[in-house]
Amino acid sequence: MLIPLSWLREYVDIDLPPHELAHRLTMAGVEVGEVTELGGWENCCVGEVLEVNPHPNADSLQLCRVNPGDSTEMEVVCGAPNVAAGQRICFARVGANLYNTHSGRHETLKAARIRGVVSEGMICSELELGLGEGHEGIVVLPEDAPIGVPLDDYLGDTILDLEITPNRLDCFSILGVAHEIGALTGKKVRTPEVSYSEDGPPIDEEACVSVADPDLCRRYTASLIQGLKIGPSPQWLQDRLARAGLRPISNVVDVTNYVMLEFNQPLHAFDLDKVRDKTIIVRRAAPGETLETLDGVPRELNTEVLVIADSRDPVGLGGVIGGANSEIGPETTSVLLESATFNSYNNRRTADTYRLHTDASQRFEKGLRPELAPIALRRATQLIQQVAGGTIARGIYDIYEDADSPAPRVTMTLRRLKQILGMDVRLEQVEEVFHSLEFQTERVSDDAVSVTVPYWRSDINIEEDLIEEVVRIIGYDNVPTTMLSTPIPYRQPVPMTELRSRIREALAAVGLQETISYPVVSLEDLEKVNYDVKGFGPLRVANPMSTEHDHMRPTLLPSLLDTLSYNEGYNEGPFRFFEQSRVFLPQVNQLPEEREVVAGVISGMRSEPSWLVDNGPLDFFDGKGMLTSALAQLGLEPSWEPAEGGENAALHPGRTARIMCSGSRIGVLGELHPTVTERYDLRYRPATVFELYMDALLALPARSGRNFRSLTRFPSAHRDVALVVPEDVPAGRVQEILDRHRLVERVELFDVYTGENLQAGAKSLAFHVYFQSPDRTLTAEEVNRTLDGLLRTLQRDVGATLRD
Amino acid sequence: MSQSTAQSIEDLTQTALTELAQLDNPEALEQWRVHYLGRRGGLTTILRGLSQLDLEQRREVGALGNRAKSTLEEGLERRGQEISEARLAQVADLERIDVTLPGRPITTGRLHPTTQVLREITDAFVAMGFSIVEGPEIEWDHYNFEMLNIPQGHPARDMWNTLWVDYVNEEGQRPMLLRTHTSPMQARVMESMEPPVRLVVPGKVYRYEATDATHEWHFHQVEGLAVDEGITFADLKGTLYEFARQIFGARRQVRFRCDYFPFVEPGVDMSIDCFSCEGTDSSCRICRGSGWIEILGAGMVHPYVLRAVGYDTEKYTGFAFGLGPERIAMLKYGIDDIRHFYSNDLRFLRQF
Ligand SMILES: [Zn+2]
Repeated sequence: MLIPLSWLREYVDIDLPPHELAHRLTMAGVEVGEVTELGGWENCCVGEVLEVNPHPNADSLQLCRVNPGDSTEMEVVCGAPNVAAGQRICFARVGANLYNTHSGRHETLKAARIRGVVSEGMICSELELGLGEGHEGIVVLPEDAPIGVPLDDYLGDTILDLEITPNRLDCFSILGVAHEIGALTGKKVRTPEVSYSEDGPPIDEEACVSVADPDLCRRYTASLIQGLKIGPSPQWLQDRLARAGLRPISNVVDVTNYVMLEFNQPLHAFDLDKVRDKTIIVRRAAPGETLETLDGVPRELNTEVLVIADSRDPVGLGGVIGGANSEIGPETTSVLLESATFNSYNNRRTADTYRLHTDASQRFEKGLRPELAPIALRRATQLIQQVAGGTIARGIYDIYEDADSPAPRVTMTLRRLKQILGMDVRLEQVEEVFHSLEFQTERVSDDAVSVTVPYWRSDINIEEDLIEEVVRIIGYDNVPTTMLSTPIPYRQPVPMTELRSRIREALAAVGLQETISYPVVSLEDLEKVNYDVKGFGPLRVANPMSTEHDHMRPTLLPSLLDTLSYNEGYNEGPFRFFEQSRVFLPQVNQLPEEREVVAGVISGMRSEPSWLVDNGPLDFFDGKGMLTSALAQLGLEPSWEPAEGGENAALHPGRTARIMCSGSRIGVLGELHPTVTERYDLRYRPATVFELYMDALLALPARSGRNFRSLTRFPSAHRDVALVVPEDVPAGRVQEILDRHRLVERVELFDVYTGENLQAGAKSLAFHVYFQSPDRTLTAEEVNRTLDGLLRTLQRDVGATLRD
Repeated sequence: MSQSTAQSIEDLTQTALTELAQLDNPEALEQWRVHYLGRRGGLTTILRGLSQLDLEQRREVGALGNRAKSTLEEGLERRGQEISEARLAQVADLERIDVTLPGRPITTGRLHPTTQVLREITDAFVAMGFSIVEGPEIEWDHYNFEMLNIPQGHPARDMWNTLWVDYVNEEGQRPMLLRTHTSPMQARVMESMEPPVRLVVPGKVYRYEATDATHEWHFHQVEGLAVDEGITFADLKGTLYEFARQIFGARRQVRFRCDYFPFVEPGVDMSIDCFSCEGTDSSCRICRGSGWIEILGAGMVHPYVLRAVGYDTEKYTGFAFGLGPERIAMLKYGIDDIRHFYSNDLRFLRQF
């Protein structure tokens, strides 16, 4: 919303500098986004064109004699077609710094010889002054513009660009802002005086207006001006509209816009001669009706749309936009002017339906007060006659069913004010604030005041609204600053939040970088990772940010692989990522299940390139090492089971492990399936991914691995054993058998061998086995006996023999 | 005989000591020891010859030999020490490495900057007695809007451009959405419990909004709520002031100005004084020359919201606030484009 200070000053005196004013408004809740200064026109003044003569050497140019107001006369060459003797114009002397339309830059004006005649200055266009885009003609000032006055003083202005919150409808109007400034600075506001004589015939003899659906149109007022003449608006009116950001169109339409900006009330002018039977009916549209709106678009109407109709057809969408069939044109002489209060909800819905968010609809949808309609109507009627002539019909239509309903009153008590703000304010001070806002007050008791809210404010409905008015006017700095002194409620522990935080820490500690990605995927993304999208598909977004990514992800895998693939473009790695997030699993007629997962991917070389490190690609066992260590931080010692037969279709069937803990699956780790790797065209192979199921982790019995074991004082004995086992025996199985003996303290697998010296189908596993007892030193004989026993068990259970 | 034996001990001692003085490494010292003091060494050989002497001479020469032996042993030890001291003194030269060579790489992981800042924010409130709760990211219109005093058709709905889930219920409405703020948890929590309530709700939120350097369609929010008997706007000021000091430093000042959110009344937003220029630079990029930086919106919980969850509005009051961790991270770390956060470029992530 653009608010020119020059216009504002018509209603309220402003003695604050613009930036101070902007600050005061902003603090009070009317945010000023930008303050633009118009002016800086040195060496420019109001001039008078004394004489216009043809240029001796050029048909398109004229020679003008200009009076710059200092009893000299200047000769100026001018190419504008609209220059005429007697005009007041913007005269720039040599030395003025203006926008040069030829070079496209600001330049200092020099005396110039134009086709043989010296021009001693320039008569300026809007574009040259930076007032607008107009360059065809010069700016013609009002006839009373004082000759010789510096242009800065006469035309200079400051424009405030307001960013208005939806509640402060009043500040969509210049008068509304004036009232706000009045309250903030203690100045009185001057509302325009309206008086005119109604010399025409009675309005109800000339036109017939009725409201068939008062639920959608609370008040409808109309006036009639006959015998007027359509034409351009006077310059002052055009200037004001332009500075407030509206394009001037023609006098009558400009007045409706002007009064909308002034009072906030949108108005509409119908060419009465185009209204069938001079009859206006405010009603819901009938099924099948259509209307071509002013923007030239034919609209199909439905029965929830409120139209303004003549005796047969719609001629406008009530409160949104007019119809082309009743539009004001150059031929118009008779104008029926509408000022109404439409239902805000219905108005918004209509605007939404047709995507027609107009200046009018944006005001109506926020709920204008019905008291405003006749006030704005009379103001606009007067102005139309002033700028377009004509005769005003006697009387107005004012159809207002609940006319007797009293103006809204809201009561505020000091007790409530203190309860909300935590401070005492005297009743007198409260009343003073309300009076500055032009709210009428009535004391109900020593503690309470009843307030009548003026017609321009529609946002004051409850006691708390009044409390806000008090505090925003007296200032938030005046409220004390205290710490909460009420008892601290019991904290509700959220195990998932806690677990998530620990897992993140643990994964970061083993070298994984946390990522956060957009939670949307395409169906193709899911296909790429072999995710089964059949059946109850993933949750679709109706209006996605990008049509390619329109599903809420049911798995983190595509996001992780995209992250990997993206970074391969900029980086040599190593790549070790994890993401902790929710996946979305739809449910019938319910919100989706939002399942917490953490997943990761590792790929690239194990280490950054280094002169020291014998590098190799990150693989399954790097992943396993990281997870083992990370899970150990959570006190978990999982077991790893081969997951042949598809734990996850994205993973390599022969290189995937189920991660088990206390009998339940807590996750999966595996190399990416070769086809998936291929589809992502990954640079480094393999890529190893994992997923941990947070629900399963959370459901584990109280952390098992954190029981303290006393440190034994007795030495351990160690034996190396190399075992030959059939190739299909998992090393984990052998280790488990060794591990579970009560005298075995620790087992380390230090070599795996297949090939020469071993028969086909066999492999050798070599272990360091450490024996220890908590209560004595083991003898060599005891150790050997234990080992022999273990070897027999191994022989029996997994066919292991000692390697020679 | 004894004379000559004594002489040869004397000679041997002299020769050995002279030689010893020339030696400069432990290996040579060992050779020297074997040569003179070993089982077949010179001195041992001489002393072994003592058996041919008479008792008196044997004692004499024996004593001489033992003295020589300890002289040599002492000499050996001294020389050994000298050599090792000399070597240690030379260690910088002998064992020099190029310390400018890169170290053995250790790969560490880090938490995403959003995670880090979210933790800082929630920690600050937890210290003031707030609990952390979370809620669904896919929400009903009912909780996201209606319970928060933003009914269907309310113009304030324009403040939250919404992503809707492609789901139509039996009434033909589209009631499911990606939450536009974490505020719905206000209603959900208050529905489920009586005051006192003191909580913060961190989480992801979504807006149907074109992205640019300061706008993302997917970002995070921390919503806060405190409701009880006797909670006032003054408490709101104090709580958020303390928060600002925790996050931005103890010297920070705060400023409140009127603002509008449908679920609070009165509504404010809070700014901190500019930590970059402290209000002295009219071209400051952080505060755009105003000296103040907006960091959060807040207000006293609207009575409509309290009534909707069945609270007694005469008895209970409270405040709510909402803030964006990305914005706070951008301010704290000088990040110039919010789109960096979720593009997951390692070159960005590694900086935090
Ligand atoms: Zn600054």
